Amino acid sequence: MSESSSKDGFSVSRRAFLKTFGTSAAVAATAQVDAVAAELEKANQEKIVGPEAVPITLKVNGKTIKLQVEPRVTLLDALRNMTPLTGTKEVCDRATCGACSMLVDEKLVYSCSMLAIEAQGKKITTVEGLGEPGKLSKVQEAFVEQDALMCGYCTPGFVMSVTALLKQHPKPTEAQVRHACSGNLCRCGTYPRILEAALKAAGVAKISKTEVIAYADVA
Amino acid sequence: MPTWPEKNNYISSHHARIDGPLKVSGAAKYPSDVQPDGWLYGMVLRSKWAMAKLTKINLDPAMKIPGIKAVVLAPAVEERQKNGSDVTMRYYGEEIAGVAGTSKQACLDALKAIAIEATELPYVVREEDAKEPDAPRVWADTPNLSKPGERSNGDVDKAFGECAAVVEGFYTTPVQIHNPLETHGNTVSWTDEGVTCWASTQGITSVHDGLSQSLKLPASQVRVISEFMGGGFGAKFGPGVEGIIAAQLSKAAKAPVRIMLTRFDQALAVGNRPSSFQKIKLGAKEDGTLHAFDFDNYGTAGVGASGSSEGGGSGVALRAPYIYHVPNTRVKQAGVNVNAGSARAFRAPSCPPSSFGMESIMDDLAVKMGLDPVEFRIKNDTRTPGWEIRQKQYKLGAEKFGWKEKYKKPGSSPGVVKTGVGCAGSAWGGGGRGTRAEAEIHPDGSVEIRCGTQDLGTGTRTYIALIAADIFGLKPEQITVRIGDTRFPPSGGSGGSSTSPSVSPAILDTCRKALEALQQQTGVADARGDHWKAACKKLGVNPLLTQGEWQEGLSSSNTGGVQFAEVDVDTETGFVRVKKVLVVQDGGLILNRLTCESQLNGGVIMGMGYALYEERVMDKNSGVMLNPNFETYKLTGLGDVPEIEIILFDMPERGVIGIGEPSTIPTAAAIANAVANALGVRVNSLPMTPQRILAALGKDKLSVA
Repeated sequence: MSESSSKDGFSVSRRAFLKTFGTSAAVAATAQVDAVAAELEKANQEKIVGPEAVPITLKVNGKTIKLQVEPRVTLLDALRNMTPLTGTKEVCDRATCGACSMLVDEKLVYSCSMLAIEAQGKKITTVEGLGEPGKLSKVQEAFVEQDALMCGYCTPGFVMSVTALLKQHPKPTEAQVRHACSGNLCRCGTYPRILEAALKAAGVAKISKTEVIAYADVA
Repeated sequence: MPTWPEKNNYISSHHARIDGPLKVSGAAKYPSDVQPDGWLYGMVLRSKWAMAKLTKINLDPAMKIPGIKAVVLAPAVEERQKNGSDVTMRYYGEEIAGVAGTSKQACLDALKAIAIEATELPYVVREEDAKEPDAPRVWADTPNLSKPGERSNGDVDKAFGECAAVVEGFYTTPVQIHNPLETHGNTVSWTDEGVTCWASTQGITSVHDGLSQSLKLPASQVRVISEFMGGGFGAKFGPGVEGIIAAQLSKAAKAPVRIMLTRFDQALAVGNRPSSFQKIKLGAKEDGTLHAFDFDNYGTAGVGASGSSEGGGSGVALRAPYIYHVPNTRVKQAGVNVNAGSARAFRAPSCPPSSFGMESIMDDLAVKMGLDPVEFRIKNDTRTPGWEIRQKQYKLGAEKFGWKEKYKKPGSSPGVVKTGVGCAGSAWGGGGRGTRAEAEIHPDGSVEIRCGTQDLGTGTRTYIALIAADIFGLKPEQITVRIGDTRFPPSGGSGGSSTSPSVSPAILDTCRKALEALQQQTGVADARGDHWKAACKKLGVNPLLTQGEWQEGLSSSNTGGVQFAEVDVDTETGFVRVKKVLVVQDGGLILNRLTCESQLNGGVIMGMGYALYEERVMDKNSGVMLNPNFETYKLTGLGDVPEIEIILFDMPERGVIGIGEPSTIPTAAAIANAVANALGVRVNSLPMTPQRILAALGKDKLSVA
């Protein structure tokens, strides 16, 4: 997440740089101390932006979005509050509920816990990018058919989690679905149907047990 | 009296919700998503004291933060300042002021900039401390513990003497937080023409009336819109203090303002289910009929509302002895004020705690008398509406669940992980009335149905389309359903499971009248189905507008339901795993089986949270709620969900009955009874955390070898 690339091909994250610096400190201390210090200073300088708003460019659902954001603005806030992309929901704003899930470079992330400036240069996919009414993705379609939603506020997050799961495990087991959705919360209680929808989207059958019995037929 | 059509293509079918594609793709616009031109972000400053007198509030520094456009005092604070009376904060999280600005970050800075001086006062946050006579008072002129409401029937003391068996117990339930995933909030635009409010609400009409009254605006100048909303569960009926603040900020900034509460705010200040501390004594005669009941309960509804009237709203009083008939009863209930946010109605108000206390002691008494808990219930559930249905449900449910084979002597399950089963019943009203609707049939054959109700996620929009489709002989996709706007014909709030019994008869009436009018006006004898387009074409230029309203005879009330639960309890870790829940539920005429079943699932899952995970924790040393988030206030997750089997009683002759609430009533009690059956000892407090399970087993003390 903290990778930063510069145009000259030098690519090192601050954390990785410091780690390298730490392990090789004994050598550096004698021979390369000045060079290392210079690199460290450069790396740090590259990272310092703000606190005022800075221009950023995001690649979201295949489109380029240019924004002016303070460095402390999260990816979630940037999209929800500064663009019309409000499909991703803010629910807890502290990485416990999964409603803000997005795919960033094909990896599932909580967008409430990633800064917008960190997301530059990455391929960002929100729920709007998976499909739209009339052209839904397989996962979205299965959610509708199985009624894997009620109020619908957690739904975009679950759709993203299941989508990410199926990319990794096209034929998941029930346990894998439960595990993949363990970072998402729903208050209406749609879970059994989410499980069904995920398995249905993967072409694995799972039918919940319900019966309708005419009152007159009950002894 | 009108009746429902008997043969339908869509009513009572399994039909996917028509707004599903919008919700799964992020295209549905919730009140937290709307972005009217020039909208500003808004936030609320809250008390950081459990009890304090504010001596100075300086809003000026906040106005100097770049991007901030308006800062206002909370309405109650402003009023008290104007009157020259003390501005006293009575709980951590109470509203002080609101700010609006061009970004969330500007608002965060502004909240920090507001300068407040306060004199801290003594506080009390826990029920058991607050009821003591020498506890600090939440309201200086009123004791924290209210005068109890009392009622009795028969000579209870004498009746206990006539019983063959008597048991006593003390059962407690926690304060539960609603935690809808979309927090409470509104986007409000106040211009010279009036106020438009996009509200996350269960009642567009109640928000409308609340805004009109609070802002002193004519009702005609207020419009409330709620096309989608992210859950309410009883806590979202009015505009809320946050809605009034948003309106005032909008007026001051001359721009629309959105205030959606933070997850923390939501946990502190906008509703919860009251706690209960139930001392119960129950006795039965030799033949197993209940004979005497003594009930002494108190609980907290927070700083204010602690009324002791039974049966609903935000009060603390429970229904006792709930669904069972006992000829001799004595019931005493009191509310106790604490320095914490007020209660509000919460899914089946008063019923889940009533059910937990009563169903627990029912099992304790059945065990003592050596009776089968299912038979003991059938014998004593003989008067409360829905009892005949429940008796049949118990018999059918027991057979499907395998009760006779599964129910063993309490604590007799071998090994470390013990298995147990339990059951419980529910009664709920679920009736409704008083909705109007209109149909607009266009010459091109397209149809709009408009109704001023709202869809909480229960599927309102969808069953409106199903009804219209059946009456017009069309497909649901051909019907455009418009709801969630106070400019449409009025309906009521979505509470008490009243929406479907209130709305669906009005839709049926409207569609029937519209069809009749279409046929009359165009001279087409049967305009339905294949004839529809040709008939509509004959309308000429203007669309046909028809209104209809709720009619007697198409909906009723009083549902019955029972649930059976099977659990595994690990006696070494105290962990409870729910393996299976069987729901047997009556809902009269089921409008859409798919969404109905979803609601029943949801009731069970919320009930599981109440049984095992959910609890507001107050810190007595700081007066602060310790778990206003999802890390430490635990909701049921997908990994916890058991097999849920649903059996719906099909009773179309009863008409439509709401089922949103009844399915969450008996779940916690059934699970608690299953846990008691597994362990052979009763865990008498919800939630049944590992700590409480181990305590019940006498294993909670650390033993050091």
